[in-house]
Amino acid sequence: MKNRSKTTKNNIITYIMVILLFAVMQTLVSTGNVSSLLKGLLVPLCAYIILAVSLNLTVGILGELSLGHAGFMCVGAFTSAFFSKCTADLIPISGVRYLLALLIGAAAAGLCGILIGIPVLRLKGDYLAIVTLAFGEIIKNIVNILFIGRDENGFHFSTKDSLSLGLSPEGEVLINGPQGITGTPQDSSFFIGVVLILVTLFIVLNLIHSRSGRAIMAIRDNRIAAESIGINITKYKLMAFSISAALAGVGGVIYAHNLATLTAQPKNFGYNMSIMILVFVVLGGIGNIRGSIIAAIVLTLLPELLRGLSDYRMLIYAVVLIVMMLFNWSPKAIEWREKCSAKWKRNKQKEA
Amino acid sequence: MKFKKVVSAVLLAAMTMTCMAGCGSNSDSQSGSGSSNSSSGSGDTIKIGGIGPVTGSAAVYGMAVKNGAELAVKEINAAGGINGAQIEFDFQDDENDAEKAVNAYNTLKDWGTQAVLGTVTSAPCVAVGEVAQADNTFLLTPSGTAVDCVKYDNAFRVCFSDPMQGLESAKYIGEHNLATKVAAIYDSSDVYSSGIYEAFVKEAANQNFEIVAAEAFTKESNSDFSVQLQKAKDAGAELVFLPFYYTEASLVLKQAAGMNYSPMFFGCDGMDGILAVKGFDAELANDLVFLSPFTPTSEDEAIQKFVTDFQEAYGETPNQFAADAYDGIYAIKAAMEQAKVTPDMSVTDICDALKTAMTEITIDGVTAKSLTWEASGEPSKEPMVVKIADGDYAVVE
Amino acid sequence: MSFISYLINGISLGSVYAIIALGYTMVYGIAKMLNFAHGDVIMIGAYVVMASVTGAGLPPFAAVLISIVFCTVLGIVIESVAYRPLLNAASSLAVLITAIGVSYLLQNIALLIFGANTISFASVVPIPAIELAGGSLTITGEAIVTIVLCIIIMTTLTLFIKKSKAGQAMLAVSEDKGAAQLMGIHVNGTIALTFAIGSALAAIAGVLLCSAYPTLTPYTGAMPGIKAFVAAVFGGIGSIPGALIGGILLGVIEIFGKAYISSQMADAIVFGVLIVILIVKPTGILGKNIQEKV
Repeated sequence: MKNRSKTTKNNIITYIMVILLFAVMQTLVSTGNVSSLLKGLLVPLCAYIILAVSLNLTVGILGELSLGHAGFMCVGAFTSAFFSKCTADLIPISGVRYLLALLIGAAAAGLCGILIGIPVLRLKGDYLAIVTLAFGEIIKNIVNILFIGRDENGFHFSTKDSLSLGLSPEGEVLINGPQGITGTPQDSSFFIGVVLILVTLFIVLNLIHSRSGRAIMAIRDNRIAAESIGINITKYKLMAFSISAALAGVGGVIYAHNLATLTAQPKNFGYNMSIMILVFVVLGGIGNIRGSIIAAIVLTLLPELLRGLSDYRMLIYAVVLIVMMLFNWSPKAIEWREKCSAKWKRNKQKEA
Repeated sequence: MKFKKVVSAVLLAAMTMTCMAGCGSNSDSQSGSGSSNSSSGSGDTIKIGGIGPVTGSAAVYGMAVKNGAELAVKEINAAGGINGAQIEFDFQDDENDAEKAVNAYNTLKDWGTQAVLGTVTSAPCVAVGEVAQADNTFLLTPSGTAVDCVKYDNAFRVCFSDPMQGLESAKYIGEHNLATKVAAIYDSSDVYSSGIYEAFVKEAANQNFEIVAAEAFTKESNSDFSVQLQKAKDAGAELVFLPFYYTEASLVLKQAAGMNYSPMFFGCDGMDGILAVKGFDAELANDLVFLSPFTPTSEDEAIQKFVTDFQEAYGETPNQFAADAYDGIYAIKAAMEQAKVTPDMSVTDICDALKTAMTEITIDGVTAKSLTWEASGEPSKEPMVVKIADGDYAVVE
Repeated sequence: MSFISYLINGISLGSVYAIIALGYTMVYGIAKMLNFAHGDVIMIGAYVVMASVTGAGLPPFAAVLISIVFCTVLGIVIESVAYRPLLNAASSLAVLITAIGVSYLLQNIALLIFGANTISFASVVPIPAIELAGGSLTITGEAIVTIVLCIIIMTTLTLFIKKSKAGQAMLAVSEDKGAAQLMGIHVNGTIALTFAIGSALAAIAGVLLCSAYPTLTPYTGAMPGIKAFVAAVFGGIGSIPGALIGGILLGVIEIFGKAYISSQMADAIVFGVLIVILIVKPTGILGKNIQEKV
């Protein structure tokens, strides 16, 4: 019972932290005390936090290494941006349109998660990692050769170029291959982002502390033992993986509705991005949801704050990343930290 | 574990504080002083920002723009500035990513930029264009070729647009009867390359040649072109159209030579700079033809001066990116003088003034003589056809 | 005729992947870590050769030797500073992330020192191309050298691991670190040796990569690194002959995919085949199937 209340308390702290951060930022924004840089970063930050939390579900709770998270983000981003662009005139209320786009993005990404999860989750460890990486790259490649246009005769598809769509002169190219989607309505806002973070947290934290969550963690800790007590391994693995994918899709929706242009480049939807999200998760602590949030914030702000260093910016960023990893994960560093904190506690007791 | 949390919390707090301290009061603090000559921004200087990739795989193009622009700024400042005011220039990195480009733009905004030269690449340019339009900030892209880069009335460009290059290339090939069978190799993961390719195919239908092979490559597999070349060879193409940057083109030329395939190669403005690749065998590029706004070997006095000064300052020959940026800064100067912009004007006022001023000015730049702009943002310039002969660029009349 | 030509091109491309994959798989087999910085060590190796040939005017052979020595030292330094402290970390992911940090670091160091400009790398292979069937088929000298070197390295490595004492120690460390230590094997030294060999191989791979595809930028190593990682997994990661087979296979699939299916879809095809292979044979072509115990 005591344990139960402890986790509840822990969860509440996480929620409060997010709400507090939101309140502080919102006050600062409304009083005009925030730089444009930080204001512009708020929405992407929400997307990255959701991505980090959702990947933590796969890496930390399910215990499988996925290097294709950006692929799911890409699916969510493109399907929702496509929807929003198509219906920009049909549904004038941006809130309704955004909600629908969100559901579509999440559903598409979740569906992809299931489709990919069925064959992939049989694999283990680094093999699973490479296959998820492969799927991420395939998704990006396919998006780059996808051409969709619309005219009075309906939709036209092609995988060659926009000319072979055969559009009538009034037709409009919606997805233009590598040039992607331009002119997505910019509906994402900081408020929506924070609400979605809270929803994500609610889903993930409740899942972890539910019966299913315990089954998932049992599989992570010992697959054979879990199987022997009758846990349906495929079902629970697939469940965690597809929820994680759907939430990544939500991150993609926020991302897509924040920029005027959406292209699938190696930088934003390639393995580089998947790895970046993984860095958030590992630096924040595997399985530690609050840690993911903090790490996502720190690592997104860091390169922007280092802009003053101009040419040395990314160099310093790399060094800081390595040092932070060593500090957070090295057994020697952990030992040293514990010693320090013990000393600190002792001193405090003495004072009291 | 407590200690770790304390450290993270402190770190986070510290970062947020610095982030906030560097803002709000941007009139007297310079948060993002990259390459700027940091004289105190007390309102007697005009602040011009630049955006482009200086890290990441597109860094080579961003660096060229940065250098070209800085050279122009130095010259203008030495000659007395704009309407008597010195220019401060700050170039921010966007890593060739739309999101990072918006961050870079916001950084410049905090710094108090009054006009922006950027961005260098197309997709980030569209994203920044949207934000700049909302703020009504003047935007002049030196090399953003996509159509949507100058969608709004506050955005202008120095370079050609993608469709224009594709169209002109097809026209030139057709009108000069360079070939009857043409193959195209393009980067299907790149906005610039696929944009030109599409316009090229569209115009090819009206010309007297036939596209016998159209092969793509992507950023993930841009080192081996043997298949694309083999297909072009098998289809009997006499001319191969290469609408992409010289980095990949140098490989294509090498591999074509390796397989004894020597058609005519035809490129676009991205090809300019191929002879400046260190260690590149210029023999391979012999007879390469491309459309370009700029040739470093031109005998024109202004170009000669630009090339020598650039070489002196950065130790390399400028390419069209640098030239476009150089002209871009001079165009901003001319427009600001035309509109009588003073450093104390607000960003919106400057933007509104420049919108009209841009269409009124005529500058003699290094990428074109008597360069003018239309309200749509497009420059009026004719592409030069450049042919490489004896290891050097030569303009074809 | 074009089929044979595609096959030859595929094998040439594949041999480059194979030689990079050898270093990858070697490190993975012993240290059980995905060294994401491997591709960037390759890039550094190529820059060292370039600098010593054009900068110091050394003959290519001497430049390659310098590059091997430089990369070996670099590998040992990276291992001892960035990887060793995390050897016993709670999760093996920690060292993976540090490797990514090292990868960024190497790229940005190269960017600062050599600049972003593309450098056309002068081939160090003195062998001319062979022409067959009246010039319609060509096999480049670089391809021949790469394949021959691949086979030599593969054989030497296999012999080294099977026959030498240090090689046996590597095997022991890869099986069970704790037990190996108890048997008196110097675990840290053995892992450092593995990185030294892996990095020396990276230097050779860098030279061959840039001789075959002569553009050099600070980001040259990244994509071939990932491709070689895929190749290593194809063949069964940790298996040395597997790296050779995987590399060649990957190259051939990539070229055939481009030639016969779609040049736009080349990457999707390569990764698609990888997925199919792993689903049929979950540990790669030559990978050992380890039975899981409770």
